[in-house]
Amino acid sequence: MSKILILAQHDGNAINQGTSKAVTAAKQIDGASIDLIIFSDDVNTIAAEAAKLEGVATVHAVTTSNENWKLAAGVAPKIAELATGYTHVFGPSTTFGKDVMPCVAALLGQNQISDIMQVIDANTFKRPIYAGNAVITVTSNHDKIVATIRTASFKTGDMNSGSAAIENHSVDTVQSDTKFVELQSGNSERPDLQTASKVISGGRGLGSEENFEIMYKLADKIGAATGASRAAVDAGYCPNEMQVGQTGKIIAPDLYMSFGISGAIQHLTGIKDAGTIVAINKDADAPIYEVADVGLAGDLFKIVPELMEKL
Amino acid sequence: MKIIVAIKRVVDYNVRVQVKPNGTGVATDGVKMSINPFDEIAIEEALRIKEAGKAEEVIVVTIGSNDAQQQLRTALAMGADRAILVESNSEIQSLKAATSLLNIVEKEQPGLVIMGKQAIDDDNNQTPQMLATLWQRPQATFVSKLEINGESALATREVDAGLETIEVTLPAVISTDLRLNEPRFVKLPDIMKAKRKPLDVIGINNTIEGFNDNELNVTKFESPQPREKGIMVESVDELIAVLKEKGLV
Repeated sequence: MSKILILAQHDGNAINQGTSKAVTAAKQIDGASIDLIIFSDDVNTIAAEAAKLEGVATVHAVTTSNENWKLAAGVAPKIAELATGYTHVFGPSTTFGKDVMPCVAALLGQNQISDIMQVIDANTFKRPIYAGNAVITVTSNHDKIVATIRTASFKTGDMNSGSAAIENHSVDTVQSDTKFVELQSGNSERPDLQTASKVISGGRGLGSEENFEIMYKLADKIGAATGASRAAVDAGYCPNEMQVGQTGKIIAPDLYMSFGISGAIQHLTGIKDAGTIVAINKDADAPIYEVADVGLAGDLFKIVPELMEKL
Repeated sequence: MKIIVAIKRVVDYNVRVQVKPNGTGVATDGVKMSINPFDEIAIEEALRIKEAGKAEEVIVVTIGSNDAQQQLRTALAMGADRAILVESNSEIQSLKAATSLLNIVEKEQPGLVIMGKQAIDDDNNQTPQMLATLWQRPQATFVSKLEINGESALATREVDAGLETIEVTLPAVISTDLRLNEPRFVKLPDIMKAKRKPLDVIGINNTIEGFNDNELNVTKFESPQPREKGIMVESVDELIAVLKEKGLV
């Protein structure tokens, strides 16, 4: 029988939905029992939140010194230690999970299965390669499987009605070679890009940071999160956390509206799982139209104001 | 201080990769090969650190077939001092790559190992973290700004929530994100000069003694599910009508 340990991610206040998506993936393995592991310097409150994830049996609540829970070096050894009793160790494919899980895999002497997009059975999974241009089926016949779960491929489950048992642990070793200094965050009032049902996204076609403001305005009008192409971020129109694509965020909103994005394959891989993709670009031959469900070729500086007025 | 840069030869990022009809792999015959773009950024960063007087030598390492000498020569033309090819004619998974690199790192004793955060072929995003773990040294992944201050480095990381800064004691492993720098172009005279720079070749088995490889089996390659063909509309009114019909606005 599969015993699955999942690394829970949080920001100190709330459980990241990527955790719930990893639980959803784990549930697709027949007869799996699912436990979480969560780290914090003040773990009790957040562990209680984690315990509400439906389908979780036990939450391993690990107390760390100060901000060590934010660092791979602060959490990976404990995950590997507790992994002894498990067949699978999963983490979300967020930047946190991507940082931590390969360390766990190395400590356990395993290769990691990155970005699982589909569960076939307890040992067999599908994952994308080449920016999603190919999909491979991967099988492990080893006693432990370490993997990250591609969050855009699985739905957020019930995060309120669970009642998992909480087991307390602590990390005693002090690691001093890595120190957390600070996190600079946009602290947007808008919905979170990774979990929003609607996303308004801008590209190089916006032309400047000032012009990019119309993306925020349109997003606020329809209650959407805002995203961007790499070109827009590179040009300094908006902050890095808005980047959507192979190396940015992979998202799956119900509605993705892109403005002035030509649609490099690296960008398209980040939106393939969206419900409806709307593309607005002045170049009617832009590759974005190949994946768009609805396309409108034209000047975004005329189209956006008209949308603002009519929506 | 020495810097080791680990690079990978991959299908060029402009190539639209196709799965072979029989599902055994992707078609790479006659396809343009390049240095993994993230690794090119790693080379550039190492060169800038050296040019700032904070490192003496930049050693570029790859694991791959003899053809990967081309990519090592490109790295030498960019300005790396010498190169090491760890020769292997079969696909190498991340843990084996990290184990092999550890062997090189232990011989060379660098103050920094810099490499791309992921290779754009397998998109694994594992080897830097695995190397740091095996080496028992700090890691700073997805780095978009790096400042070397003597015995330590201040690294700004691109994370989901924004920009995170951490401080790591050297030696450490750095994995690069796209906005760390813009790699330089190689000039023709430098390509000529690079031909005379040292390039050592060693067999992979000499670097992974006693390694027990828990390989994953890739059983099938397939093309992704295509999205259904969309429609073009002519006006904002039409667009809004479609979105309303779908219940999206």
